[in-house]
Amino acid sequence: MNLRRLVLALAAPVGAFAFSVGLSSLVLLAVGTSPMEAWTEMLSYGTRLETFVETGNRATQLYLAGVAVAIGFRMNLFNIGVEGQYVLAALLAAAAGAAVDLPPVLHVALIMAVAMAVGSAFAGVAGYLKVARGVHEVISTIMLNAIALAMVGFLLRSWLLDETDTTLNMKTPEIPPSGRFPQINGIVETFTREIGRGRELWGFLLVAIVVGVLFHVFLNRTRAGYDLRATGINPFAAEASGVDPSATVVRAMLLSGAVAGLIGLPEILGDAHKYDLGFTRGLGFAGIAVALVGRNHPGGVAVAAVLFGWLDSAAPILDVVGDTPREIVSILQGVVVLSAVVAYEVVNRIRRAAEARDAAAASGARAPA
Amino acid sequence: MTTSTVHAPTPAVELAGITKRFPGVVANDAVDLRVAEGEIHAVVGENGAGKSTLMKILYGMQAADEGTMTVGGSEVRFSSPSEAIDAGIGMVHQHFMLADQLTVLENVVLGAEPTRRGTIDRAAARRDLEDLGRSYGLDLDPDDHVETLEVGERQRVEIIKVLYRGARVLILDEPTAVLVPQEVEELFRNLRELKARGHTIIFIDHKLEEVLAIADTITVLRQGRTVATVDPSEVTAHQLAELMVGSDLPTPSTEPRADDDHVTLAIRGLSIPAAEGRPALDGIDLEVRRGEIVGVAGVEGNGQGVLVEAILGLREATGGDIALDGESISGWPVRRRREAGLGYVPEDRHRRGLLLDAPLWENAMLGHQTTAPYARGPWIDRRGARDATTDIVADFDVRTPGIDTTARALSGGNQQKLVIGREMAAGPRMLIAAHPTRGIDVGAQAAVWADLRTARADGLAVLLVSADLEELIGLADRLLVMLRGRIVAELDPATTTPMQLGGHMTGASGDGDPS
Amino acid sequence: MTSTLRSSLVLRWMLAALGVILALAVVQELARPETTDLVSSGTAESTLRRAVPILLAGLGGIWAERAGVVNIGLEGMMVLGTWFGAWGALEFGPWWGLVIGIAGGAAGGLLHAVATVTFGVDHIISGVAVNIIAPALTRFLSREFFVDRPGGGLTQSPRVESVGSLDVPFLAGGDLFGWTTPDIFHWIEDRSWFLASDVAAVLGGVTRSVSWATLLALALVPASVFILWRTAFGLRVRSSGEHPVAANSLGVSVVRMKFTAVVVSGGLAGFGGAFIAIEQTGIYRENQVQGRGFIGLATVIFGNWQPVGAFLGSLLFGFADALQLRDRTAVHALLLLVGVALAAQAVRAVLQKRNRPAFLLAAASVAVLWWYAVTEEVVSELPPVTPHVATLLVLVFAAGRLRPPAAIGLPYRRGQE
Repeated sequence: MNLRRLVLALAAPVGAFAFSVGLSSLVLLAVGTSPMEAWTEMLSYGTRLETFVETGNRATQLYLAGVAVAIGFRMNLFNIGVEGQYVLAALLAAAAGAAVDLPPVLHVALIMAVAMAVGSAFAGVAGYLKVARGVHEVISTIMLNAIALAMVGFLLRSWLLDETDTTLNMKTPEIPPSGRFPQINGIVETFTREIGRGRELWGFLLVAIVVGVLFHVFLNRTRAGYDLRATGINPFAAEASGVDPSATVVRAMLLSGAVAGLIGLPEILGDAHKYDLGFTRGLGFAGIAVALVGRNHPGGVAVAAVLFGWLDSAAPILDVVGDTPREIVSILQGVVVLSAVVAYEVVNRIRRAAEARDAAAASGARAPA
Repeated sequence: MTTSTVHAPTPAVELAGITKRFPGVVANDAVDLRVAEGEIHAVVGENGAGKSTLMKILYGMQAADEGTMTVGGSEVRFSSPSEAIDAGIGMVHQHFMLADQLTVLENVVLGAEPTRRGTIDRAAARRDLEDLGRSYGLDLDPDDHVETLEVGERQRVEIIKVLYRGARVLILDEPTAVLVPQEVEELFRNLRELKARGHTIIFIDHKLEEVLAIADTITVLRQGRTVATVDPSEVTAHQLAELMVGSDLPTPSTEPRADDDHVTLAIRGLSIPAAEGRPALDGIDLEVRRGEIVGVAGVEGNGQGVLVEAILGLREATGGDIALDGESISGWPVRRRREAGLGYVPEDRHRRGLLLDAPLWENAMLGHQTTAPYARGPWIDRRGARDATTDIVADFDVRTPGIDTTARALSGGNQQKLVIGREMAAGPRMLIAAHPTRGIDVGAQAAVWADLRTARADGLAVLLVSADLEELIGLADRLLVMLRGRIVAELDPATTTPMQLGGHMTGASGDGDPS
Repeated sequence: MTSTLRSSLVLRWMLAALGVILALAVVQELARPETTDLVSSGTAESTLRRAVPILLAGLGGIWAERAGVVNIGLEGMMVLGTWFGAWGALEFGPWWGLVIGIAGGAAGGLLHAVATVTFGVDHIISGVAVNIIAPALTRFLSREFFVDRPGGGLTQSPRVESVGSLDVPFLAGGDLFGWTTPDIFHWIEDRSWFLASDVAAVLGGVTRSVSWATLLALALVPASVFILWRTAFGLRVRSSGEHPVAANSLGVSVVRMKFTAVVVSGGLAGFGGAFIAIEQTGIYRENQVQGRGFIGLATVIFGNWQPVGAFLGSLLFGFADALQLRDRTAVHALLLLVGVALAAQAVRAVLQKRNRPAFLLAAASVAVLWWYAVTEEVVSELPPVTPHVATLLVLVFAAGRLRPPAAIGLPYRRGQE
């Protein structure tokens, strides 16, 4: 029974990944390159320590994005707006961090607080619109994404620009050293060797882990988390059980937005120390992918974030060696997402049917004729 | 009581040995049904007797596991409704199958559209509709949007839909359940008109007076089997009821109640204005005492559902007061009311009562997730919750492979036992039970009744809303009848027959609200 | 009787259009010499050209949603349309480019249909997945097919030809059997008669060198209305989005209807994408769709799930887009119009004794007029997001009047109840 549950739970993601690798291989064959060679190259480059560091950094951001999306998904709220929330939050947090001078830990805490508050507030707009005016959050967050990105352009250009900068790169002023997050190469190097090529593992990885643990505890161990999940499964039954549906919607959006606010910080606090035009975008949408593949489960999302992070980090080797286009990795990721959600649906049907049979057997055994 | 079989030369429809199994339930067990050409044939039986399943098989919506079907003398096998339609069979569903935002005409012609040069020939369709309406006395405007129609009018659309496809055999699934008495009369007029024009009608119902008034032949189903086919002129309602229920089946009953004047629930002048045409509440006064079951009867949609939601706090009342043990709870949110000891068995357990995709132990805590043993402070007490669920499963005979099984997997009866069990286990002061035995098998039904009796003996106050009149009369200490959002009668179940109760429910018995 | 009704409807539309042009002309006069581009043939031409992809995405949204399938994958399907359109145009010429672009979008639609209808995957999730796959696929294909061509690269194609255009004879000076007809609209426009010249300018803009693809796209508006509301097939599609179980109980193959509608939806989005690449820019460039699929989705709501409504929405959004590109000061002048319009609405609300809306409208009007008075030009980030802001406003203030299909977004399985 539990073994079946485990096999079914693993069958979908593993099957989806195998299917995606197979399909991508066929695509490679179709354009006349050798899939074996490409995968081997990626594996050998991808197992270097430096690539793992890259993977860790990328996965940190993807995981935060995935959790932000998953918080909404767990109660059937589609926060498509993570993209806008995190970019806006990163800009304002970077600007705030540069504007003040505080003791080290406090400084970082302030930047994080600003980022979470901005993300939260912006997501809260969608939550409020849903509760107060019945506007579906998918539509409102899509629209708010465009509005957030327009605000970012406007704010950066007119108010938050670093006036001392002479290059064409529009950027906010630099955050002083007290407001930066240290790298944690030391921890890794204790177990391995020295990390080369100037790669740094961002310390924010630890924050992401804490966020994941908190997410798990909140969801599965607290009453508020139970209310949130119950609302996601059946809002009407949740309401009858005493859950206030409106408050839960707003609360979930605020939480989702707060985590979304953190997505850009690993980069800003650990590497760039400013918001500029080179800031990584698109993580909000990637977060949706990671959350879907990870089934909105704290651990599942982590696995998905590491997988996607590793694929992103190992792909560049394809540009250097052989004649496989590196874009095959993006295709692979896209196919994983779609095949994973289809596979989950199929497995879900199989599981339901099997459970119904078991339940019927259990009741039939003692039922009167 | 003898069972006579009515033989006609060539039956319009003949079902022989129809068997249909669902996980854990045999819905139809070798059912035979023989419907003569041009008659109104009623199929009666209690909830869960297998009537609807049988009709879905005849209409091609479900496939029988065993058995044969003959229509007009030739054997048929339908894999979809369109094949049944082609064979001249039409069905009027209990829950109307109408698209609200489309017009009457569009709803009627859908799937059988007359076309002219690639477009729908609306002129021809309108002509046909008006012809049908005139000849059968079914009055409708083809261009009305369905959302603007009353229930009776919607039913006429359904009937026209069926006739438009040239159906000779019409199946009507509990057509009177949603109608008020005047509309029922209108419907019966229409049915007689159809019969006069040679149509065969299969009429599913469980209201015996109605069946006796309209049917030419009656087939009784019980627990998925055909128990008798009778001529209405040869049976009384009482005999029919015996056939339906079976004398060996448990009937709800209670012992006399111990004297206890403590009022647990007191409602004074509770009012909610009507919204969307549905009757709401109009100055409801009622009391439920400790150790008392108060039954609320009424035709569906006369305010019982609204009353239940108002007591729970799911709907805001505009006037009046609700008090629990003397304390006003009118301004309280749902959670506070539940925590104060208000138990709730919802009318629709799938919608209001269960998290179908969550494991049983998470369902057991639904509605009690803020209190021990399910919670400790802001935390969920997993062990406490799981232990409590194990107890509920054992004490209330919930048949399941384990407490990690999802609620969806269980049969309706077992789901309901879980719902009742969790409410009882929480030790409520007041239980609101809406249709607690709806759609569950006979064994589970008896268990639910036993649970309610035990709780009453332990001093629980129960408000029992039900459409099952036997259940109300058998279990309740007092009976209230609701009609159009008001309480129109208070009856003593010891001296009330289902017939009298039915009279009050439809406002026909004079002392109610006859308007 | 129907014909008089129809002609009066046409008359009403014409009057409404005239009213809009009049208002713009008045604002232009008031704001002179700040702007001359509010009503000009150039703006009209640009508005139409920018409206077409949005319109096509909107029609695509209507087709899918009328069948009950939410399609936020429109964006990705448009992306497929841009790439396949450009590739087809390079290989086989512009007309084939359009066809292949449509096919590319339709393939995206097919994927969405398989996921949502066959496997019952949530519509939003599947749409997001399509939006993730499409850009990955086009980037990959660019690497394979565009990089080695002159002018092509990883993120763009070589330049492609357009399908050609038409000057309407007599009205806009088109050729007829080798004879160049007079350009009446241009002649009137040159007279500088108030209103008449403005109308002629607008009409000239939309009749002079108008792309054949534009005409085709415009024809799809009445075609969609006709198919969805006049034919048996259309009724079946709509019934699948309103009450699929009822439709199925009457023998309608709901699954087939949904599949067809979603594939058509993808094809329309693909057409929109191909239009951007072939007609608007003459080149495939990565990210050139720029959220137009989402704006198309917005026009679906804006237009209350009606093709004509989506058309009007696309014109409005196309206008915002066109003005922004042509003349930033014109956008500023438009504030005056918005302010006056809000004031008029406020007066109306006062007359109807609706105090709260009146107050809000008056406050908004004052704010906009004040904004007009104290600024020289509008923040450049604002006009591109007008569709998004407008859609949110519609949803917030007019949601009660919207009529989305009843069974939209719900999973459907045959035989269920």
